[in-house]
Amino acid sequence: MTTMRYLAPTGMLGGGFNAEYFAEALASGLDFIACDSGSIDGGPANLGGNIPFFSRDGVKRDLRLLLIGARSLDIPLLIGSCGGSGGRWNLNWVREIVEEIAGEEGLHFTLATIDAEPDRAVLLERFGSGRVHPLTNAPAIDKSTFTDAAHIVAMMGTEPYVEALAAGADVVLAGRSSDAALFAAIPVSRGLPPGLAWHAAKIMECGGSAVVQMDNVDGMICTITDEYFDLEPTHPEHRCSEVSIASHSLYETSNPFEMYEPGGVMRLQNVEFEQLTDRVVRVRGSEYTPAETYTVKLEGATLIGYRAMVLGGITDPAILDRFDEWLESGKRAVIEAADRTIGHLDPAPYSIVYRVYGRDAVIPRAGSRLPSDASEVGLLVTVTADSQKIASTVASQAAFTLLHLRVPEWHGLVSNLAYAFAPHVTDLGPGYSFVFNHVVELDSPTELFPVTLREV
Amino acid sequence: MVALRELAQLIRSKNAGMFELTVDVMFPDAAAFDFVVDSGVLDRELAARLFGVDAADVQIFLYRPAYAIKFSFPRPVACGDPADSDLFGGQQFAGLVNLDIPGDFVAGSRVGAH
Repeated sequence: MTTMRYLAPTGMLGGGFNAEYFAEALASGLDFIACDSGSIDGGPANLGGNIPFFSRDGVKRDLRLLLIGARSLDIPLLIGSCGGSGGRWNLNWVREIVEEIAGEEGLHFTLATIDAEPDRAVLLERFGSGRVHPLTNAPAIDKSTFTDAAHIVAMMGTEPYVEALAAGADVVLAGRSSDAALFAAIPVSRGLPPGLAWHAAKIMECGGSAVVQMDNVDGMICTITDEYFDLEPTHPEHRCSEVSIASHSLYETSNPFEMYEPGGVMRLQNVEFEQLTDRVVRVRGSEYTPAETYTVKLEGATLIGYRAMVLGGITDPAILDRFDEWLESGKRAVIEAADRTIGHLDPAPYSIVYRVYGRDAVIPRAGSRLPSDASEVGLLVTVTADSQKIASTVASQAAFTLLHLRVPEWHGLVSNLAYAFAPHVTDLGPGYSFVFNHVVELDSPTELFPVTLREV
Repeated sequence: MVALRELAQLIRSKNAGMFELTVDVMFPDAAAFDFVVDSGVLDRELAARLFGVDAADVQIFLYRPAYAIKFSFPRPVACGDPADSDLFGGQQFAGLVNLDIPGDFVAGSRVGAH
C-alpha cells in the first residue's frame, strides 16, 4: 500500500505558525510540505495593482522556517498562488524573498517558478474560437476585456507542479493555482486515488483550519493511503472532529457535494468520516471524475479608476430624525460643489457611493430607514474618478459640503460630521474590478504554465 | 417557536469565489438539523427576501455530514467593486440569526412542527 504524509504548515503563507509544532511535524517524518499563498478575498487590487496579500515580513518569516525545514529533510516545498494573486509580479516578489533567505541561510537548491499569466494572444485565440466559457454569474466579456485587463492569470492544476518536480525542483513557487492542486499534485502523481488526494488537498489548503476551535491557525498533517486519509492538527491542543472536517466542505464553496478543479470534479456524496482518536479523523469514499475537456479558470483585474474617501460620524438628533431627506439634499449639494470646482462635464468623470453605517451600509436594501432609537451613524463617502486628482478633489468637496450642510431645524452655521482622523480626506489609490468568471479550454494541462528552473 | 440562533451552532456567510456568496447554517446534531429542515422555513423564497436575489438563482443544499443547510447565490456586486461593501462577504447572514422556526424544540427529540 502506498502511503504519503505531508504537511500544510498554515492556511496562508505569511499568516504564521508555531515554530515548535512545525519542528515536531518535521521530526515525525514528511514526504513534502505545501503552503497556499493565494486568496481572492482581498479583492481585485492584489492582482490588478501588484499588491501582496500579506506583509513582506510575515511572508519572509514563514518562508525561512519552511525552506530550512524542507531542505533539512530534503523534501519538496511547494508554494501556490504566490503573493496573494499569483500574478507575475507577485510571483517574482516571493521568488526574491526566497533567494534572499537562501543567501542569508547558506541554502542551495533547485528552484522552479511556474508563471500563470498567459499570453493575451493565446487567450484571445481561445475566446475567438469559442473555447472560453462562463461560470455562474459571469460578467459579460468581449475582446477588449482581454486586452484592457491590467493582469490576467489562469489557475493551474497539478500537472505544472509535477513537471517542475520531475525536472529536479526542490522548491516550487507557482503563480495562480487551484488551491487544492498544489496539495494533490504529488499524491496524484504517485498513483494515489485522485478522489482521496483531491479531497484531502481541499481540506489541507486551509492548513489547520478544519479544527473544532482555534485562536490562531496552525498546521495540519495529512497521511494518505490507497484507502483513506487521516488528518491531524500540528497544534497539540487542536482537535479535528468528524463535523469539523465534514463542515470544511462547506467553506467558501457553493456546492458541498461537487467541486470543480482543473481537469475534473470531486464528488463527495459518499464520503465517510471516522473519529480515529480524539484529535484525528479518517476520511474514505471521496470520488473524482476526470473532465472530458481540460479547463482552467481565468481571473482578471481591470483598472476602473482612482479613489478617495471620507468617513464621518453623525449624532445630531435633528439630522438623524429626518436622515434620508438630509442625505438626499447633501448628495445634490455635493454634486453642485464638485461641478463648481472641476467644471460640469457630461458624463461626470467621477461617481460617488454613500454608505450609511447604522442603516444599510453592509446589507443594502431598498427603503431601509434608520432605527428610531439610533444615537449615531457613520457616513462613508467613496469617490471613484478618472484620475486621483479628481477623486481627491471631489472627496474634499463632499467632506466640506456635508460638514456644513443645512439642517432645516437649525439656523446658523453647523458642523455635521465627526471626523476621527486627520487629514480627514483619504486617497485610496487605483481601484480594480474582477472581470472574468470564466474557464478556458486547454490543449495540454501545462501549456499556459511555463516552468523556469534556476540553481540557488 | 424558537429562534434559529438557539438551534444552530454556526451561522455564517462568505465569498464562494468573487461572483458568488454562500451562507451556511450548521447545527450541533441531527435533531436540530431535522427540526429546521422539516419546518420548511429555510427555502428559496426566504433566501431571496433576505439576500436580495431572485429565488430562481438560489441553490439550497442539505449537507447531513455537517448537519448543515447551505444557500448559494450570485453576489449582487462582485467582490471588491466600488459598490461592494463586504469584501469577504462575511456579514451577510444577519437576517437568519433571529429567524423564528415554528414548533417546540426539545434537545434530542422533536415536538411539534409536524
